[in-house]
Amino acid sequence: MDLTRRRLLVLLPAAAVAWKYVLAGTPEASPNYRLTEHWWSMLIDIPKCIGCGSCVRACAEENDVPEGNYRTWIERYHVSDWRIERPEVESPNGGIQGFPPNEESGGKNFFVPKLCNHCADSPCTQVCPVGATFVTPDGVVLVDKTYCLGCRYCVQACPYGCRFINAKTNTAEKCSLCYHRITKGLTTACCEVCPTGARQLADLKNPKDPIHEFLRTHSVQVLKPHMATGAKVFYNGMDGSVR
Amino acid sequence: MARADQALDPAQDTDLFKDTEHLVRLVVLIVVALVAFVVLRTAVVPKSFGQYGHYRGAAVGEAAARPIAFAGRDACEACHTDIVEQKKQGKHVVIACEACHGPLAKHADDPSSVTPPKLDTAILCARCHEANSAKPKGFPQVATGDHSGGIACDTCHQPHRPKIETSTNETKAEAKAETPKKTEGKK
Repeated sequence: MDLTRRRLLVLLPAAAVAWKYVLAGTPEASPNYRLTEHWWSMLIDIPKCIGCGSCVRACAEENDVPEGNYRTWIERYHVSDWRIERPEVESPNGGIQGFPPNEESGGKNFFVPKLCNHCADSPCTQVCPVGATFVTPDGVVLVDKTYCLGCRYCVQACPYGCRFINAKTNTAEKCSLCYHRITKGLTTACCEVCPTGARQLADLKNPKDPIHEFLRTHSVQVLKPHMATGAKVFYNGMDGSVR
Repeated sequence: MARADQALDPAQDTDLFKDTEHLVRLVVLIVVALVAFVVLRTAVVPKSFGQYGHYRGAAVGEAAARPIAFAGRDACEACHTDIVEQKKQGKHVVIACEACHGPLAKHADDPSSVTPPKLDTAILCARCHEANSAKPKGFPQVATGDHSGGIACDTCHQPHRPKIETSTNETKAEAKAETPKKTEGKK
C-alpha cells in the first residue's frame, strides 16, 4: 500500500488515539492475589464516627457514584429517653457534606455509617435471575454490569437498602468493597480517608489481621441478625435502636 | 416402548419398520433440536460462566482491573517525607493525606503534570471539627462562628500539626486576645 498524503492524514488521528492508550498503560493487574486466601469484611466502630462524610465523598469519587445515589452513607440517630424503640434517623444527602447541628436537644445522638454488608448468604444474589450478582470466592458481593438486566429484584431483596439502579446504565449498583483496590493490596477508599479509624477493612482469613483480637474482646453486632444473611460488616458499640 | 425397541433392532424382521417412520422422524427432530440447543448455548453463554459459581467468572477479574482514584497513604509518603515528619508531631498523624487533599492517584502517577488543588481550610476543618451533639464527646469540636469569626483556620493552626505550639506563644496570646472567651475548644 502506497502511503499517500491522503492516507497519512486519515491514519494520523487513529495513531494518536492508539498512542493515548499506549501511554495510559494497561490496567494494573494483581498477579499475586489469590481469591481463596481472603474473606473480606469490614469493622465499623460507631463510638469513633464523627459524621464528617469523608467516606461518602471518597466513595463517590473512587467509584463514579451518580449524584443522589450512595454506595455508603451515614445516618444520624437521635434516641429519646422516652421512646428508645422509635429512634429519629436522618441522613441529609447521605451525609456527604456532614450534618447540620442537632435540632433535638437531650437524648442520645450518634452516627452510624452504612454500606453493603457483603453477606455470605446474601438475599440479593439469590434472587438474581441471570447470575449478574454473586459472592466472589473471597467474600465480596459484586454486580456484573454487562449481565445485569436492571430487573430490580435485588434492590427489593436487600434488607439493608444498599442497592440502587444507576440511571445512566440502568443496571443495579452497590458497594463493591473497592474490589479494584483490595485486590491490589490497598484498603477501600472509605477506610483510606476515615480520619478517626471508625471504618476498617478486615480479612477474616488472614490470621494476623487485628480483627480477630477485636472480635474476641468487644461486643460486636451485625445489622438485622435475625435475617440470617451472614452479614460481614461488624458494628462495635452499636445501640439497640439501630435498624 | 417395547415395540419401538424391537423395531430399532436390526436383527428383527424388517416388516416391523413399516409402522415406525413417525418415531424415526420424532427422534430426528429431537436430535436436531438438541444439537441446535447445544450450539446456541455454547455460542451465547460466556466461557467463564460457572467458573466459580452461577455467574461469569471473568466479571471478578474485570471488577479488579478498574483503575484507582485514591493513591493510598504509602504512595504519598514515599515522596512527601517532610510532611510526614511534620505530621508525626501532631494528632493528625493518623489521618491519611487524601482524606483532606482528595483523590490523587493521577498525581502519584505523574507528579509534574497533575497538581493537587488548593484547599479551603474554612470548609475542610469544619467538616470534622464543627460542634455537633452526635459527635463523640472526646473529639475536639468548636462552633466555628464563635471560635474564629470566619477567619480561615490556617491563620492560626497549621493543618499538618494543628496544635498551636508553645514556641509561638505570643501569636497564640494575640489570637486569644482578639477573640476573648471564644476559643473554648471542646463543647
